[in-house]
Amino acid sequence: MTARSGEDAAGVRGAAIGALPFVVALLFAGLLILLVGENPLEALRLILDGSLGSPDKLSDTIMVWVPLTLAAAGLVVTFAAGLWNIGVEGQIVLGAIGAALIAREVTAPSWILVPLTLLFGILFGVVWALLAGVLKTKGKVNEIFGGLGLDFVATGLTLYLIIGPWAREGIASTSGTEPFPEDALLPAVGDTRFSPLAVALAILAVIGVWLLLRGTRFGLKLKAVGRNPKSAFLLGIPTNRYILGAFAICGGLAGLAGAIQATGFHQKLVPSVSGGYGFLGILVVLLAGFRAIWVAPISAFFAIVMVGSISLTLRLDIDSAIGGVLTGVLVLFALIGSGLRDYRQRKRAMEAPPPESEAEPGGDAEPADAREATN
Amino acid sequence: MEATLATIVAAAAPLLFATIGETISEKSGVINLSLEGSLMLSALAGFVLAFETGNTWIGFVAAAIVGASFATIVAFGSITLRLNQVAVGFVLAILGIALSSFLGSGYTGKPGGPIAVPPLDIPLLSDIPFFGPVLFSHNIVVYASLIVVVLAWLYMYYTRPGLSLQGVGERPEAAHSRGVPVNGLRYGYTIIGGALVGIGGAAFSLDAKLGWSFLHTRNFGWIALAIVIFGGWHPIRVAIGVYLFGFLQWLALDLQDVFPDLTQVLPIMPFVLMILALVLVNADWLRDWADRHPRWGNLIRGDAPSAIGTHFSAE
Repeated sequence: MTARSGEDAAGVRGAAIGALPFVVALLFAGLLILLVGENPLEALRLILDGSLGSPDKLSDTIMVWVPLTLAAAGLVVTFAAGLWNIGVEGQIVLGAIGAALIAREVTAPSWILVPLTLLFGILFGVVWALLAGVLKTKGKVNEIFGGLGLDFVATGLTLYLIIGPWAREGIASTSGTEPFPEDALLPAVGDTRFSPLAVALAILAVIGVWLLLRGTRFGLKLKAVGRNPKSAFLLGIPTNRYILGAFAICGGLAGLAGAIQATGFHQKLVPSVSGGYGFLGILVVLLAGFRAIWVAPISAFFAIVMVGSISLTLRLDIDSAIGGVLTGVLVLFALIGSGLRDYRQRKRAMEAPPPESEAEPGGDAEPADAREATN
Repeated sequence: MEATLATIVAAAAPLLFATIGETISEKSGVINLSLEGSLMLSALAGFVLAFETGNTWIGFVAAAIVGASFATIVAFGSITLRLNQVAVGFVLAILGIALSSFLGSGYTGKPGGPIAVPPLDIPLLSDIPFFGPVLFSHNIVVYASLIVVVLAWLYMYYTRPGLSLQGVGERPEAAHSRGVPVNGLRYGYTIIGGALVGIGGAAFSLDAKLGWSFLHTRNFGWIALAIVIFGGWHPIRVAIGVYLFGFLQWLALDLQDVFPDLTQVLPIMPFVLMILALVLVNADWLRDWADRHPRWGNLIRGDAPSAIGTHFSAE
């Protein structure tokens, strides 16, 4: 099972987020809100107010932006290698578990403990991602299914820890572990959850990934592996090692995201610790056209929608899933929009009188098509 | 023993529809990765329509339409627009989950009793000892799921159009040169497959897992995709995979009494084991063994349709 190209795997080339898909997605969500009998403009106002309206809300939004951006930045690397790292959810969860392990078991001053929890988060994420990588390179299991399996295992492991060895005194409930000790928590500003350190790490991750793919030999070779693993291998690039490298980088960033989720946002280990940011991160990267720099603003938009739509449930009779609907529709329309653009270009190219070409079935003649083979 | 097997057969119906639908679609070369979302949304559509109209079968039709619609978007995106199939499918999966949570929030916990698929013993056959209770004392949806498996198998391997179906998934160029409309068939089979997935969704919400709850069919779409691979794209072996998964689920439920500490964890184990099984059928040593012993090997060995996930253009 070969992988397909990263950069244009989804056909999202060039400006992926044109204004049109954005408008259409907003209209679609608005229509749904009308359908349940509420005012879409009021909903929009509440979303903005609920995510940016007060220091508390703003800091929550920022603390959603951080893990989403970290996961998405990592996914840019695996996509560059042509990999669909569906296991990213599990890598976030393992990061949270790693951080929780340190937070629970180690007693040390904050300036030692905090870096240590983050480090263990990264470490656990790397290990989990490498498992998916080994399943792919050695076990020939497509990374999508290996990743899904590892996501299931991660979920099971969290539940086991929360109701088993790490259960709260007296009550075994799935609401989470005992809150972590103060010294293990990410230092935050005032009473909010806003952690400047977390934000700095997310920004560093985006810049790091951008530099890696743009200006290093590793990045260049990685993209070669993503575009055409066979030719890359024949040109002497140790394909498998690069695939594992991409997994490790993504797993590390996802693990960091999980650690920050646990020690910064929830301040304990909860069953849904990943927040679904792994899968959401895949949508972010698809919308970003696989470019690292775009990950930051798109994640910000997603974070605003996600946090804001929670307040919809409280104020209007609208389920908070409207946020997921809006982002999902947006990415779908952006994909289809870019597909339509290419489709029209192909049509035009065919109508223009090029030198008569032979019938070339199978699409093998076009390298872009061959690269998109998924199996 | 009888009762256990009967439970497994009954509970397998939704997954049988979904996996056979996906097998048909993938056999033609199109991966419909949206299953997790389309299964969930069609389960909701089936329940809501049946609940509002009081007619179970209207629910099934609605669910089939939802499944077919998702499949149409996958087909349009991947065949006409030549987008990456995985991307389109994945986005639809996430979108379907969100849509079902959004639209379904008002239907959580609504009673499904009056609109459940009514039981129907098959006269005479249900009186056969052992086989009667296991196979012939269910309802029409369960019988239909068994028939769909057999029909899909016969159609694919023993009819002319079935051979064309395999042709467009294996060697689209050759099929094209023999006058088979490759992309037209891919559209058709993807949509039919999607409709079956939709019926599978309704088989959850109107029968096997009656009612609607938040994330009602959680993870079943993903596991259906894995079972298709496990079954080597062969309807009968896919069905065996579904029953194996059903057995593991029953086991997990049963073991909850033995290991009360693991009540929350055990339900996840079948999903884990199924993925491990996937690793096993892909293992080199097993594949070598299968190559050396074709008689038995063909039972476990299954290769993906060669042209799966690729685009075809005749120009």
